[in-house]
Amino acid sequence: MLRLENLSLTQGVFTMTADMALPAGARLALIGPSGAGKSTLLNLIAGFTPPDQGRITWQGDDLTDAAPGARPVSILFQDNNHFPHLTVAQNVGLGLRPALKLTAAEAAEVDRALDQVGLAGMGTRKPGTLSGGQQSRAALARVLVQKKPIVLLDEPFAALGPALKGEMLDLVAEVLDQTGATLIMVSHQPEDARAIASHVSVVADRTITPPQETEALFTNPPQALRDYLGG
Amino acid sequence: MIRSWPVFLAAGLVLLCLIGPLIAVFHRAGEAGLTSLTFSAADGAALRFSLLQSVLSASLSVLLAIPVSRALARRRFRGRAALITLLGAPFILPVIVAVMGLLAVFGRNGLMSDLLGLFGLPPVQIYGLHGVVLAHVFFNLPLATRILLQAWQDIPAERFRLAATLRLHGWQSFRVLEAPMLMRALPGAWLVIFALCLSSFAVVLVLGGGPKATTLELAIYQAFRFDFDLARAAMLALVQTVLVGIVAIVALGQDSGQALGAGLDRVVQRWDASGVMARVLDALALVLATLFLVLPIAMLVWDGLWGIAQLPPQVWRALWVSLIVALSSTALCMALALPIALAAIRHPRIEGIGLIGIVSSPLVLGTGLFLIIHPFANPLKLAFVVTALVNALMALPFALRVLVPALREAEAGYGRLADALGLTGYARLRLLLLPRARRPLGFAAGLTAALSMGDLGVIALFADPNRATLPLQMYRLMSAYRVEAAAGAGLLLLASSLALFWIFDRGGRGHVEA
Repeated sequence: MLRLENLSLTQGVFTMTADMALPAGARLALIGPSGAGKSTLLNLIAGFTPPDQGRITWQGDDLTDAAPGARPVSILFQDNNHFPHLTVAQNVGLGLRPALKLTAAEAAEVDRALDQVGLAGMGTRKPGTLSGGQQSRAALARVLVQKKPIVLLDEPFAALGPALKGEMLDLVAEVLDQTGATLIMVSHQPEDARAIASHVSVVADRTITPPQETEALFTNPPQALRDYLGG
Repeated sequence: MIRSWPVFLAAGLVLLCLIGPLIAVFHRAGEAGLTSLTFSAADGAALRFSLLQSVLSASLSVLLAIPVSRALARRRFRGRAALITLLGAPFILPVIVAVMGLLAVFGRNGLMSDLLGLFGLPPVQIYGLHGVVLAHVFFNLPLATRILLQAWQDIPAERFRLAATLRLHGWQSFRVLEAPMLMRALPGAWLVIFALCLSSFAVVLVLGGGPKATTLELAIYQAFRFDFDLARAAMLALVQTVLVGIVAIVALGQDSGQALGAGLDRVVQRWDASGVMARVLDALALVLATLFLVLPIAMLVWDGLWGIAQLPPQVWRALWVSLIVALSSTALCMALALPIALAAIRHPRIEGIGLIGIVSSPLVLGTGLFLIIHPFANPLKLAFVVTALVNALMALPFALRVLVPALREAEAGYGRLADALGLTGYARLRLLLLPRARRPLGFAAGLTAALSMGDLGVIALFADPNRATLPLQMYRLMSAYRVEAAAGAGLLLLASSLALFWIFDRGGRGHVEA
């Protein structure tokens, strides 16, 4: 269970608040207008921004003061998900060992992960030589080897076309099935949420609604969601 | 995430080496009793000449830079990029080499005098105020041009489009668009150059001298070398430090828009400069500026080719000494710059430590170090160590200027990813920061090596007759009127400075990467 207990964070004139619980293994989509605080929420969970108040716990352990790298969390950003000067295999290998001194078994694991996301044989290339879709696959290969119990997606596929994005979400589902990880993803499109999420929270006006089951939410949308979707 | 002891070590060492000599100078001057040490008429003349030549050099450099930078800003032509690169070259050009080149063009037996002789006119007089100002303009016209070119390009292209729709022409558009920009950019550029000329040494050593053309910096050297009057040297060093310090503080308050970086390759399309007159004037400005910069160096290379066969063995020995000094200096400078730059990512004020190096002039530092070493050892035996140290400290502010933005950019772009992956300490340095800063590291190392290779400053203070760096050896040959051998040494010095810069800079570029 991931708990956000009375979290609050003031940035400028806005104060973001969150108080919710998400069962382990759930797949949560955060939906809502730009600037409502979706990315801020991910930054809080990933540990890039410390909250002013409140606690974050995972399976009862307090994460609030842990460094980002020490949290049970892997995250994909909108861009800059790879170090451009390292090879694809090195970028994936960083998920296993930050010092990059891999054992033979670990190197083999990197190869297997690349193979699984469809990048077999591309390990020696630099990320800049890959297409956008391939870069997303490489980033997912790292999530795969990291085996962290929580995966955060801050719209990493926003720049991809609809078909490619669908492929990536399928791949994410495959990775999650394999690792059993809990997912929290930021999304603008209800269809993305429907494709992958078991739960949806609406983020609006700097606060977040408790997770609700996806179909239930869309069949009977609350006012904040109706405002966002329009019509 | 970055361990703090290397930062404290580097910052402490820099502070110690910059402040320590100043304290020694203050102490010595105070010991002699400032009141008993009268500021003689000669010292007063040195102060006045320092100010006079700096005012003239800065004003001429900036004034001449206006037409040149204007032409560069609004004309597109073949070789424009090469000319802009050339404008960066004086920064790594050994001063003594340029001075010898200027002598070959403007000296008594130079090109200009020959030309004037054809018309029955007397030869040019280069020694004294003329020569000092001429050489300072040679070095600083390019700097001023780059600063102003940057300012010119900061005028948004839309303003020129607006001016075109309003049918503003020539003088009108100059008054509306360009004059306000110049009013903002000129004072900063002028002050930077004024400060540089105030603490210039090698130029005045060769072209100045005598009661009429001695600067404070040269007076320190003379008090030291000729009279071995340490108290007087210390007193002059005190005056020089206060003077340069005041100018530097004022200059730092100005935003001079340092034109060290790239981004000068954009030409804004303009509609107000198509007249024949404007074209002719721009072409004239560019041709004259190019000739002024290229001709002296071309002359030196030509003369040097003839002289290289008759180089005495001391020159070759001096070459090796200089290479070792330059490489040690580069290693030291990088070892100091890297921890300070890493700390400056989070704490920008730390970069200020390096700036103290700009305020302290090499000869003042040298005087102070001499006073510190003197009671314990023979300073002359440590000449090369002191030279390498002072060169590293002098290059440090430039190295920081180049490194800090690159490291900051690496952290801004990839810091969160590195955090999320738990990249800390040495792994972060090895896998993120060093690879991202590789190019600026190479560039900074190249600058340091070239500056150190060509430096003729503190070594002149410390060297005994049996040892010399290449620039000092070249100066000795010039002083002995062995012009051809001096030109040969000059060519050797020029080639090795440029080669050092090229090797490091190239090494930083590596193979092509994303």
